[in-house]
Amino acid sequence: MGLDFMYPEFEVIRNMDRCINCHVCENECANGVHAFDVKRGIITADDAKCVNCQRCVSFCPTRALKIVKSGCELRENANWHHWTIREIYRQAATGGVLLSSMGTPNALPVYWDKILINASQVTNPPIDPLREPMETRVFLGEKPEKVKHDKDGRLICELPPQVELSMPVMFSAMSYGSISYNAHAALASAASELGILYNTGEGGLHEDFYPYGPNTIVQVASGRFGVHEGYLAAGAAIEIKMGQGAKPGIGGHLPGSKIDGDISRTRMIPQGTDAISPAPHHDIYSIEDLRQLVMSLKEATSYEKPIIVKVAAVHNIAAIASGIARSGADIIAIDGFRGGTGAAPTHIRNQVGIPIELALASVDKRLRDEGIRSRVSLVVGGSIRNAADVIKAIALGADACYVATAPLLAMGCHLCRTCQTGLCNWGIATQRPDLVKRLDPEVARTRLVNLMTAWRHEIKEIMGGMGINSIEALRGNRLMLRGVDLTEKELEILGIAHAGE
Amino acid sequence: MLINAKNLDHRGINDALRDTHDDCTIENCCGQRFIAAGMSDRHITIEGIPGNALGAFMNGGTVTVNGNAQDAVGDTMNEGDIIIHGSIGDAAGYAMRGGRIFVRGNAGYRAGIHMKAYEDKMPLLVIGGKAGSFLGEYQAGGVIIVLNLDTPEDRCVSNFPCTGMHGGKIFLRSDCRNIIFPEQVSTAPATDEDKAELRAHLNDYCAQFDLDLDTILAADFTVVTPNSSTPYRQMYVAN
Repeated sequence: MGLDFMYPEFEVIRNMDRCINCHVCENECANGVHAFDVKRGIITADDAKCVNCQRCVSFCPTRALKIVKSGCELRENANWHHWTIREIYRQAATGGVLLSSMGTPNALPVYWDKILINASQVTNPPIDPLREPMETRVFLGEKPEKVKHDKDGRLICELPPQVELSMPVMFSAMSYGSISYNAHAALASAASELGILYNTGEGGLHEDFYPYGPNTIVQVASGRFGVHEGYLAAGAAIEIKMGQGAKPGIGGHLPGSKIDGDISRTRMIPQGTDAISPAPHHDIYSIEDLRQLVMSLKEATSYEKPIIVKVAAVHNIAAIASGIARSGADIIAIDGFRGGTGAAPTHIRNQVGIPIELALASVDKRLRDEGIRSRVSLVVGGSIRNAADVIKAIALGADACYVATAPLLAMGCHLCRTCQTGLCNWGIATQRPDLVKRLDPEVARTRLVNLMTAWRHEIKEIMGGMGINSIEALRGNRLMLRGVDLTEKELEILGIAHAGE
Repeated sequence: MLINAKNLDHRGINDALRDTHDDCTIENCCGQRFIAAGMSDRHITIEGIPGNALGAFMNGGTVTVNGNAQDAVGDTMNEGDIIIHGSIGDAAGYAMRGGRIFVRGNAGYRAGIHMKAYEDKMPLLVIGGKAGSFLGEYQAGGVIIVLNLDTPEDRCVSNFPCTGMHGGKIFLRSDCRNIIFPEQVSTAPATDEDKAELRAHLNDYCAQFDLDLDTILAADFTVVTPNSSTPYRQMYVAN
């Protein structure tokens, strides 16, 4: 209590008629919200510690618990929102940079929700995916600009390295360190079962997951953690991380307190040392320098793997992507400003970057205008929430999508946005052994496979409705999209007509 | 095996290297990049000037350059030796985790940036001449030694050394009175124990370049170490 006291954001409501004092809530909460009051013989709650992750609610056998917004807020003020005031108190008390997790919760425009998809009626037939074959496979990598023949007229079939996906979705980068071993095990095995790829992030590749190499993207970022010959050789593709949608322009930092045992081994750094990924790659100040890293990775892996360059969607993304396409990269991954993170400075997450929809549309157009679209595949993320978002992204020009928040939700995440504490009650964003073991990798894998299988069905259904039987025929097919509630400028950038046109 | 690099690009040279497991000499090298990238065995001798990213991701073997080398030598190198008889460009040994880089001449900017160490892996970068600005930036492990053998009247390292350093050790053959260090590192004159460590590090270096170890060690050395391995701990408040 005192100068910077803030009434707790959430209130734990316990229905005493239902509570049987079973202590499940107490045992399940790593934040220490619930405790048994011996004197009174009841379980009580310290609301101030609650992050609203819903773990206790989900596991209470008698449904005695619910978490609600406490509603005790400061006097209403449209300019000084109560959340802004809380942030000021926090900073005044600590002098710290505000640190948040997951994608921004701010009410910024979600263009996916203002784009509608076409369907066939009368003049061309829809296709029933249950009856007819639908192709959702995609190949990522540079495509030849024209068909070539040898001197005897035979087709030259040599292609630059490609990765094959059974559907245009991949699990995007989450490092071992930001998420748990069990979460990684689930992502790796699900990707393998689904015929898609998952991504190591900049945390190295745990020795147990090398068998999943053909379904793994290994990441090389500015800190180069865990990068060595075997790691580069293990992956199906190598991703150079230049930026992340949730924190464009800044690096990463896993505190020394989280670097122990397995994490230290996998990142190949000593225990207890801060793992700092500097904001820039200090050897990359230009597209020519980027080309140098791309080519040195290709040389180190004998030109056998496609190289992905991942960047955050920022203001000049079209020009940047044009440069990357000329750098020798095979795939460009663009991460929009609503993308998630294990931890990022709040204001950078909330204020820096641009929406992925606009970035994607302008990059695809720019690369087509310059005649270099076939040199690279485009992968977009941040945030793709469902199969409809995937369809819209493909129609705007993407080859595939990166998803991370959706798979986390499938594994049990309740989006409480406190990953940075390392106390994830769902066993995902934590390294505490007792919490990690709560996430059963087998169950999580099944749920991931279920989610992606469902999306794949939906993608087929929506494509079928449009009379399209192949992802290839949907890519960049903006005629299949119409905008609602968008300005002329927004429609121009998205390259789509308004509904009714 | 002899490889004449005169009419080869980097891919041509590396394809030739990939085709053999013998030791190789590359003649007429003139700026071809990525030589020996990802290499894990063999001895390669280079006559001429190799281009950027020599020995990137190297995992063993030896590269000897009878001349200067350019930028990003030994990027993310894991093991092996790179011996440069001339000078070296910028960002030498970026994020190297193991192996050794011996440079007889000078080094450019950002030598040893983000060098690491891990278990038995202890990278070593020895610069016989001077080092440019930002030596050992973000250094997280390993050892950097700057000897300044050729121009003792000059500063052994240029501006802003050790910025962001949070691990490892730097030995500078100087009393360092004319060098400004950031707050997060400590400097001290080398003790007898430090000199013994230096002797172990410099033995092969001196043999390689035909230098007298005792003469080198007779001069003043300064040891630079970070004050904390977790300098960023207190920067944030959960929101």
